[in-house]
Amino acid sequence: MTGTLLKVEGLETGYGDIQVVWRADLEVRQGAITALIGSNGAGKTTLLRALSGLLPLRNGAIFVSGRDLAGASPQQFVEHGVAHVPEGRRLITGLSVHDNLMLGAYRRKDGKQAIRADLERMYALFPRLAERRRQDATTMSGGEQQMCAIARGLMAAPGLLLIDELSLGLAPAIVDQLVTTLERVRADGTSILLVEQDVGIALELADFVYVMDQGRTVRNGPADEIAADPSIIAAYMGT
Amino acid sequence: MMLRIALPLALPFAIVAVAFVLLSQTDAYIIRLATTFGMYAALALAWNIIGGIAGYPSFATAAFFGLGAYVTAVAQNLGAPLLVGVGLAGAGAALFAGLLGSAILHLRGKYFAIASLVIAEVLRELTNSWTSVTGGGMGINLPLAKTTLLTQPQLYLAAMLFLAAAATSASMLIDRSRLGVALRCIAQNEDAAQIIGVDTRMAKTWAFVISSLFIGLVGGVYASWVTYIDPTDVYDGAMSVKPILMALLGGVGSVFGPVLGAFAYLLLEELLWRNLLEFHAGILGLLVVLLVLFLPGGLSQIRGVGLVSLPKIWRRAP
Repeated sequence: MTGTLLKVEGLETGYGDIQVVWRADLEVRQGAITALIGSNGAGKTTLLRALSGLLPLRNGAIFVSGRDLAGASPQQFVEHGVAHVPEGRRLITGLSVHDNLMLGAYRRKDGKQAIRADLERMYALFPRLAERRRQDATTMSGGEQQMCAIARGLMAAPGLLLIDELSLGLAPAIVDQLVTTLERVRADGTSILLVEQDVGIALELADFVYVMDQGRTVRNGPADEIAADPSIIAAYMGT
Repeated sequence: MMLRIALPLALPFAIVAVAFVLLSQTDAYIIRLATTFGMYAALALAWNIIGGIAGYPSFATAAFFGLGAYVTAVAQNLGAPLLVGVGLAGAGAALFAGLLGSAILHLRGKYFAIASLVIAEVLRELTNSWTSVTGGGMGINLPLAKTTLLTQPQLYLAAMLFLAAAATSASMLIDRSRLGVALRCIAQNEDAAQIIGVDTRMAKTWAFVISSLFIGLVGGVYASWVTYIDPTDVYDGAMSVKPILMALLGGVGSVFGPVLGAFAYLLLEELLWRNLLEFHAGILGLLVVLLVLFLPGGLSQIRGVGLVSLPKIWRRAP
């Protein structure tokens, strides 16, 4: 339970000539929910994209379960158990919920039986998806689409789930529901790295928090410690 | 499981064999028309693999067609038999597509379209100036194929229909395969495809290579059929546009849409254009306008909605 699942050292990345992340260091422990908070444009999404191979690194190292994955392709990250739930959800139009979920298992090699069992597990985890399994995924509500995107990520049977903007644009009641579900996901053995603008939600859900500012990870600590820090409250909680 | 593989492999060839038997004894005009249909269908099907299923609007059809034609012409003039010449055309086009793919397949949407558009122009200029091998602007003659069983027209009817059948089989197999799932995913949302772990670069390159293989083969057969080619003929930009129109007409991304579209296009070409020589280009433009109206998303967002909604039924979810 206490091993390090993901370790990031001195990571720098960006888009073309524009460097966005100047220095990110972070660690995700096995079985933990780790949150990455920070203001708009701090580089959270960019860092997450680098952590699933969608952006090339300029510098630094990424270790997943001790294996160096710097410069690996997105499919290698998926194969090594890192699944990404992107901002804006990115479901496939014209495909049913069921088909979107099955696409999540694209890289799996452990056989139909295991995939089918996981599919049933997803429907148990998100009963709403079970009701809508034949519906075009992109015609569902935002909350349902987020559930579908999370479930699609989990269908890759990942050790680590990266979630970009869990609560963005969703009703508070739905967010509460997702928070409860993610706690179950963690209990089932998947660690989570969460990027979240809503600091309240991040501090409620996470065990450990990293604060990002202007492309750098500037602070970290257990969630309750960060939550009690007056400067964090002043900067991000708007009081 | 066997049927899933065997049916797509056998069915198109069976249909084509019957068609050949029925058509081969008819008059020269019908045979010529049917040969052209086979050529159009094969080209539209081949374009559809990269342009429809993968959603990469390629305008490089003329490039691979011309390359195939010239490879065959040069090889046959050096003494290669017809079959070897055509085989080399396919291999050459496929190899070129593999190399080219790594250079332009990272471009998306209209950027890819523009990049692919210039390939034919570049090849035409190269062909024009490499006079010692290609004959330059004078063009190049091909030797008549030696046939015993079939007459010349029958031989090329068989060849074109065979290629159409092969392209249909390939499309059906891709549609049922992991590659097909990957390509449809890429067409829909390439970021999402990457996120679920699709090796998008490999999938796109394979689609481009398979597509170009057929286009090169068709180019090779075409050159042998007409026995004389020149750069403006085989690198004609219309050769890039026609297959797209056919696929749009029939239903982009569906497996049989391009075949239907090729038929509809040939019909238009024969009935309308012969009688409206002056307005020929106007009709082409009108057709594009109509198709774009029916496709509000434009080429970068093409889906299986053409003038004919029938292909929608054929369009299977991956």
